[in-house]
Amino acid sequence: MAEFANLVWIVAKIVALVVPLFIAVAYMTYAERRVIGWIQWRKGPNRVGIYGLLQPIADAGKLLMKEVVIPQNANRFLFLLAPLFSIIPALAAWAVLPLGDGLVVADIDAGLLYVLAMTSMGVYGVIVAGWASNSKYALLGAMRAGAQVVSYEIAMGFALVGVLMAAGSLNMSEIVHAQQGPFWEWFWLPLLPLFIVYWVSGVAETNRLPFDVAEGESEIVAGFHVEYSGMAFAIFFLAEYANMILIAGLATTMFLGGWYSPFHGIGYLGPIFDLVPGTIWFCLKAGFFLFGYFWFRGTFPRYRYDQIMRLGWKVLIPVTVVWLVVESVFILTGFGPWF
Amino acid sequence: MIELLLFYVFAAVLLFAATMVITAKNPVHSALFLVLAFFNSAALWLMAEAEFLGIALVLIYVGAVMVLFLFVVMMLDINLVSMREGFARYLPIGALVGCVMVVEMALVVGSQDVNLIHGVSAAEGVGMSNTKALGSVLYTVYAYPFEIASVVLLVAIVAAIMLTHRRRPDTKHQNIDRQVRVRKEQRLRIVTMAPEKRK
Repeated sequence: MAEFANLVWIVAKIVALVVPLFIAVAYMTYAERRVIGWIQWRKGPNRVGIYGLLQPIADAGKLLMKEVVIPQNANRFLFLLAPLFSIIPALAAWAVLPLGDGLVVADIDAGLLYVLAMTSMGVYGVIVAGWASNSKYALLGAMRAGAQVVSYEIAMGFALVGVLMAAGSLNMSEIVHAQQGPFWEWFWLPLLPLFIVYWVSGVAETNRLPFDVAEGESEIVAGFHVEYSGMAFAIFFLAEYANMILIAGLATTMFLGGWYSPFHGIGYLGPIFDLVPGTIWFCLKAGFFLFGYFWFRGTFPRYRYDQIMRLGWKVLIPVTVVWLVVESVFILTGFGPWF
Repeated sequence: MIELLLFYVFAAVLLFAATMVITAKNPVHSALFLVLAFFNSAALWLMAEAEFLGIALVLIYVGAVMVLFLFVVMMLDINLVSMREGFARYLPIGALVGCVMVVEMALVVGSQDVNLIHGVSAAEGVGMSNTKALGSVLYTVYAYPFEIASVVLLVAIVAAIMLTHRRRPDTKHQNIDRQVRVRKEQRLRIVTMAPEKRK
């Protein structure tokens, strides 16, 4: 009976995490269109509901009622399974992310490794979708996405190695505890090159602009999900945005001090800012990264495919390797307030 | 109770996936079943409290190796009929390899020195997290074998690149540095001409 109660408690925790996440994903699409609208000197969706706030719900309703068209020569089983391959890792990785002090579904020791393993599995959705569609554009998109994600995973992994060296732990909560203090004691400052590498490869991992060659509307129509419609397409969309929020949350946890306020532990300022719950600080910091996603999209033109590969292999990976050596020297000499 | 149930579920799916890897008609399906097999064995390792090994299996084999594998398989235009033909011919050697593996496993499991049934898990035995225990052993007791293994891998990487790398003078090569350093004057020519009158 105790086991059963435990199971119910775990499920309750998961629901309490996933429902707000889905709402956040829905309103991310709205926020994105509004922000891009402002950047491009137009209004964006403002007709459905007050300020267009009901737009995501209208979109979801539309997608739910559309037919899921399955191409004649597609591999039916894998075609329908691919969206699930995409969304499941995107949600599973959230299990170890602490949204506040102790506010985490699974506080496991190998948290960072788990996150890396889960994010590396998201690419299966794209590859399987591209292959099962039996379409040229979809296969091209899948190839591009696969090569890109596998390449940037290495840079990302090295950036995470830097974080685990600085924190001395793979546990996500421990990593945040290691950054306790005001904003200049968080890891973004001593690990600045790794932070930037992580951010860039995070954008590339989620196949977002300016690295969205997997979709590349002007070249290969819509890339891997060109044959998908209705709810199957919506799930891909959901996975992409869930992944974006995940990368933002991870960057917050590892480089921007998780749930700590920017003035934690300074004289009178610290206790005042600590009155705001940690989860709000977490969301604000993650929101900064999410805004960055929109900002990049509105600012940069799409990278050419060979340039993406060059950036990943010849720029980002050497930068991380050099900085790991520098960081080792920092740790040996006990440099600054961080080590 | 739930743990035992989970074990049997994972083990059953693992065996099913492993069988499907060699019996599935479509090679892409085979590769995907291999992914499923890896995933379930990772879950079994997690249940045995070897969390580092379990997650590393997913990270390396599922996340990287099998993705590249799947790529190659997808690109191949395999004639399924000709693949069926070799089945009977390779059956004896396959059976031989299978027998050798069974005997080896039996030697390990049945041995007096390797106490699998009443063994302690790594976390309990050392009193620290799995990852830490593995790391400290790897870099102290087994430092030289570990370094030698990494050098062997490096040699393999260099060899693989050397075997596939060949200079092809006829390919069109892009020099990114030169592309970036291009100035407006090198590409753009402004021509001044008298305006034409409409007739």
